[in-house]
Amino acid sequence: MSDLDRRAAPPGKLPGSLMANPRLDRWLAFDAAGHVTVTPGKVELGQGILTALAQIVADELDVALPRVRLQAASTPGSPNEGVTSGSLSVQDSGMALRHAAAAARAIHLEVAAQRSGVPLDALRVEDGAFLAPDGRAVASYWSQADAALLDCDAPVDVRAKPPAARRVAGTSTARLDLPDKVFGAARFVHDLRLAGMLHARVVRPPARRARLVAWRKDALPADAILARDGSFLAVLADTEHAAEHAAERLAALCTWEATDTLPPQHALADWLRHAPGEHAVILERDDPAAAPAQTLRATFFRPYVTHASTGTCCAVARWQGATLEVWTHSQGVYNLRADLAKALTMPEDDILVRHMEGAGCYGHNGADDVALDAALAARAVPGRPVRLLWSRAEELGWGPVSSAMVVEVEATLDSAGTIASWREEVTSHGHSSRPGRGALPTLLAVEYMDPPREIPNALNPPLASGGGAQRNAVPAYRIPKLTIGVKRVASMPLRVSALRGLGAPANVFAIESVMNELAQMAGEDALDFRLRHLDDARGREVLALAADMAGWRGRTRRESFGMGLAYARYKHTGAFCAVAAEIEALDRVVCRRLWIAADVGEVINPDGVANQYEGGAIHGVSMALKEAVGFDARTVTSTDWDTYPILRFSEVPSVETRLIPRPEEKPLGAGEASLAPTIAAIANAIHDALGIRPRAMPFTPGNLVAT
Amino acid sequence: MVAFTLNGAAVSVADAGAPLLHVLRGELGLSGPRFGCGAEQCGACVVLVDGAPAYACTLPAASIEGRQVTTVEGLGSRDAPHALQRAFLDEQAGQCGFCLSGILVASAALLARNPDPDDAAIRTALDPHLCRCGSHNRIIRAVKRAAAEMRA
Repeated sequence: MSDLDRRAAPPGKLPGSLMANPRLDRWLAFDAAGHVTVTPGKVELGQGILTALAQIVADELDVALPRVRLQAASTPGSPNEGVTSGSLSVQDSGMALRHAAAAARAIHLEVAAQRSGVPLDALRVEDGAFLAPDGRAVASYWSQADAALLDCDAPVDVRAKPPAARRVAGTSTARLDLPDKVFGAARFVHDLRLAGMLHARVVRPPARRARLVAWRKDALPADAILARDGSFLAVLADTEHAAEHAAERLAALCTWEATDTLPPQHALADWLRHAPGEHAVILERDDPAAAPAQTLRATFFRPYVTHASTGTCCAVARWQGATLEVWTHSQGVYNLRADLAKALTMPEDDILVRHMEGAGCYGHNGADDVALDAALAARAVPGRPVRLLWSRAEELGWGPVSSAMVVEVEATLDSAGTIASWREEVTSHGHSSRPGRGALPTLLAVEYMDPPREIPNALNPPLASGGGAQRNAVPAYRIPKLTIGVKRVASMPLRVSALRGLGAPANVFAIESVMNELAQMAGEDALDFRLRHLDDARGREVLALAADMAGWRGRTRRESFGMGLAYARYKHTGAFCAVAAEIEALDRVVCRRLWIAADVGEVINPDGVANQYEGGAIHGVSMALKEAVGFDARTVTSTDWDTYPILRFSEVPSVETRLIPRPEEKPLGAGEASLAPTIAAIANAIHDALGIRPRAMPFTPGNLVAT
Repeated sequence: MVAFTLNGAAVSVADAGAPLLHVLRGELGLSGPRFGCGAEQCGACVVLVDGAPAYACTLPAASIEGRQVTTVEGLGSRDAPHALQRAFLDEQAGQCGFCLSGILVASAALLARNPDPDDAAIRTALDPHLCRCGSHNRIIRAVKRAAAEMRA
């Protein structure tokens, strides 16, 4: 198909984030030196998105990949693409860039045709050069780079290359960011060094929302600088060592007024169930069904869990007069800017936010909080940049956590062993208190500044955009009578927000455990029972593939080993994923092997997707077997790697991942889809090995005995 | 003043009381060694001291007087990469990459004493290192690939 044909077929509306940001020069810029600079609003979180976006652009423009330069998001330098979350970056940013690049190509070719007299459909593009049929280069993106050609909105009537013509997207291109990381280059915000920069640390209170009532500064090192706003207290010094030393000294000199605010950890499930909240029925179906013959009732629990990045949160801030500059590893530079403006009572336009990478990010962690901390600290030294780094205890103890959840299911089988009804109640906090979305700021320090402001209770995004507590709460299976209720707890003693999968891990753990139990009641194999109740052909295909990879049908029983299966389509609209898990029950449960089958629609970078699936699954193993936030009546107590253990090398299973290629289908996202089914597959494998039905995460010996 | 050898070059630092990590990242301007916990629990800060892995986050700078310190920057460079750095790129063994500096130098120490480690030996050697992104299996494959290349 020629470029002319592509323009003739309008697809309807602008794709992805292009709809809200239609100007082409917000996304792409060519230069005379032979580069195209791409400025997406999505950010690198360790997931490899920048590489995938570069592949899409290189493909659509027909330029070599090294010509594509990715610029990190900033305000106001990149389009506002909201937050990099929800496994949506290829859909939102990738599809916008594909269209923008196709539009830029069409515009450039039209100009080249007009100027050269070579007919448009006779021109072809080779590494950015526009070639006439005789092979003569009549122009290039680079020779036309100064023509302000992209100073316009993206036309709707542009069509990207057909899937079969793609050469770069769909290949396992090496990640563009990885060389810096294996050579120890300065790439993270932690590595930013500006002239005259000071180092800062926060002195945290001994309890949530405690008030600083007295402090003695006489014993502080002479060269330490204090920054205080109400009960927010930070200390600045020339070196990291001096800042840490001063913060330790200062902590010992503070008197706080503290009260008990947190629920009892040992009775958290009961507390959640009895806490006030708002209840909604999110789905009710009442189709004809056979009479129930058998009933199953089960209750599932997941504790609070946290992000546990290997690096701690960090930001650099500098005040120049009334202007604030911030360097941050936030997931959303515009959202952060909005909440900084609210927290600091200043216009958004006076704040410049620049993204730099942080350690792996799996949701709304403390990245935004530390940016406000740094801004508050930097107010003590106008004109000087201040780098504020959280300690490990702050990282594990003061970032937002993911909600604890209770999922109660009552399901019935008819006399033929077919599911007749399913009633489910999900009890949870909301799953998002992200910044930049409401009238009030949600950054940690606002609860301690003068005057303190309460952070609004976390929300559940609507089901249409994936939901929060209700994410994956609806079983994917054919069930004639179905009621799904969700209670959102009215308060959040521990600040809760989005973490990989949101409500999906607890919901899929519950649903896929019940499916196994129903299969057993029906006297049927767990795979067959699922396939009999699953209508979606793509779902059936991943289930069958995972079972096949694991040798499900021919498996033999081995003493103390067990195998389990689970399936979920992430958010019901995203990627399809089935996982088979093999566990060994020793003095504790160890996950030995995982087999993952996935369908993510169009794959931009197969190895990148596999890396995300493997990583998500290993995160799932860790969450399933080890993780729980510990707390007392006043504060989080799991503040180091002994009290909040995550999976280590000796405990990691082998993982085999296969993707079902669907180049003609829409991309469906990858980062979060494998986590929840991995947890459920492990639960089912534990039952296979031990005959115990896990009901409470993590599946530690203590929790398994209590079941 | 503390004088020692850093990645083959003689250096000296003023802040003898600071942990080695802070002087490496501060006075000496390196980025490779990273702060993860400050408590010898995660391995992000690990460097080699006289060839053996050491936690730079707790090691006082004063204690390395006259010793040899190797960081990830000292393993190799883009122009002359260490076999491990090449293998980590070949296997795409990383996601966020924050943990890789410590893992790479610990792997170098492993291969120096055991040129043909099996999976279990690699897991044991890297067990002090946390990777939250879940790149463990790729990292194990990369260490084996580098070992094979170095033996050849």
